[in-house]
Amino acid sequence: MSAQNVITTPPLEPTGPIPGSAGGQDKSGPRRRTQGQRSAKDGLRLGNILTTLVLSVGAIIMIAPLAWTFSTSLKTKDGVFELPPQWIPDPFVWENYARIWTAGPLLSGIQNSLIVACSVTIVGSLTSALAAFAFAKMRMPFKNVLFLGLLSGLMIPFPTLMIPQFTIFASIGWVDTLLPLIVPGVFGNIIMIFFLRQFLNSVPDSIVEAARIDGASYLQIFWTLIMPAIRPALAAQFILWFMAVWNDYLAPIIYLNSPGTQTLQLVIANFNAQYAIQTDYPLIMAASFIALLPVLIVFIVFQRQIIESIALSGSKG
Amino acid sequence: MSTTVTRRSRLHRKEHQAALVFVAIPVIGFLLFTLFPLLFSVYASFTNWNGISAPVFKGLDNYTKMFGDRYFLKSLWNTIYMMIGIPVGLAISLALALAMNRKMRGTTFFRTVYYLPVISSIAAVAILWQWAFNGDFGLINQGLGLLGIDGPNWLQDTATVKPALIIMAVWKGLGYSMLLYLAALQSVPRYLYEAAALDGATAWQQFRHITIPMVRPVTFFLIVTSIIGGSQIFVEINIMTPTGGPEFESASIVWYIWQKAFDNLQMGYASAMSVVLGLLVFVITFIQFRLNRRNQFSID
Repeated sequence: MSAQNVITTPPLEPTGPIPGSAGGQDKSGPRRRTQGQRSAKDGLRLGNILTTLVLSVGAIIMIAPLAWTFSTSLKTKDGVFELPPQWIPDPFVWENYARIWTAGPLLSGIQNSLIVACSVTIVGSLTSALAAFAFAKMRMPFKNVLFLGLLSGLMIPFPTLMIPQFTIFASIGWVDTLLPLIVPGVFGNIIMIFFLRQFLNSVPDSIVEAARIDGASYLQIFWTLIMPAIRPALAAQFILWFMAVWNDYLAPIIYLNSPGTQTLQLVIANFNAQYAIQTDYPLIMAASFIALLPVLIVFIVFQRQIIESIALSGSKG
Repeated sequence: MSTTVTRRSRLHRKEHQAALVFVAIPVIGFLLFTLFPLLFSVYASFTNWNGISAPVFKGLDNYTKMFGDRYFLKSLWNTIYMMIGIPVGLAISLALALAMNRKMRGTTFFRTVYYLPVISSIAAVAILWQWAFNGDFGLINQGLGLLGIDGPNWLQDTATVKPALIIMAVWKGLGYSMLLYLAALQSVPRYLYEAAALDGATAWQQFRHITIPMVRPVTFFLIVTSIIGGSQIFVEINIMTPTGGPEFESASIVWYIWQKAFDNLQMGYASAMSVVLGLLVFVITFIQFRLNRRNQFSID
């Protein structure tokens, strides 16, 4: 048996799948296989190595600006302008991260962003889920007309609505408060309603009917049966919405002027405008990095749900 | 018989009432924050409203003014020009998705890395790219310096400010379209490729005649949503080129609307432009719904 292997192995090398690239084949090692298996596997492996290489170069390009931000945030004010550039700061100026808290209203920015994002997504998710339940599982006159009406709202871009919305909130004295950012959101999110309604289609009607016969109210059914059933879809949509509100910039810049009420995104934009004149780039980059951090953490923790949800909502359009 | 009918209709009525209460909140929100502002926008677009004194009806003045307004036309052109990034981004992300569709280690890691810019806040991203595009000390020009190229002062130069914004937009959006392509690729049945390979189709032919048609719905979805998103580009313009760029070269429609409305208090004129923008988005969305009806979207 071993003799056979000895014979087949030598001529195998030149018939490798991609000529002129022997480098990739070295790692196939001494393990012996039949000719077909081996060349196919080597081809696959070589392809994988090349692909990994290309993807790695791309990954470096994707990461570089973020890494550059972090690196700059740890430099001295002059270290930023050094040539050739230092990727690893010398010395590390961790004080930049201490300075940002007194250099601008960063803390109140985080606080305001949290207030807006939490109240909008928590209350808004509840109202959206309730509406999705009604649209998917309950009888109601004009149900589809109402649903289509809501969906049609998605076609209208925010810039078209922002001037009248601003006037409305200005007339009731809500400008320069967080209310114009919170109140429209707590009425629900049409994309979330749409998504949860689709998801509920896969939940059998019979569980709702059975609960009705047992005498449960619709609110009880919603809370004890529907909410647990839609939890994964709700969680994914919740995270996406939270990140969208957290990252929002256009609505806050319209409504908020005084530093104390501004959200984090506005605070760092002002940091940028203010400290660029003083060429204090480490400070700007430290603040920007702090602004990126919460969402990065949320993303890394909930990566799977987010990616699945995007892939699902995107292809279902 | 008749008693069961009335009992059932009473039950139905209760169900109807409960359902109406459940959907009332989003419906009221829609009326207050979408429908009413929309009608108001359309009305204001026919007036000389400045946001303070009472609006005076002006007929189509704002609309005719728009097409003689050099800055409006420029910002419209800039907005359309910056959409060059869409096909470029789609081609790169399809290539990336094909690469990641292989059975190999590290794809989860790559997915995360390419997706990071998507979830990052656009404000922070605009700030860090503004720094990256800095003419003297920016990351981009230092990279070009390694190749012996003397890079321009990207954001201050009329020739490079739009390409700079396009580069950034492609970088930010790649991960999203890549992910959707990857999802589409994974749903392509393997036997199609096997059958094609048996018939002697080359890799290019398989790509051309199987992969491209199979991912067409995603391509279409991405083109439409990117055009809608691109037509509303604002944050990066406002942060990176606060004055609309050198010689107004980077001002977008939304940026111009925002400036006219909240800086110059020409609310009527800004409303007219916002209505035009709304119509544009509506037409694009409508086309998507019509064309996509067959294979994707359905109510019930």
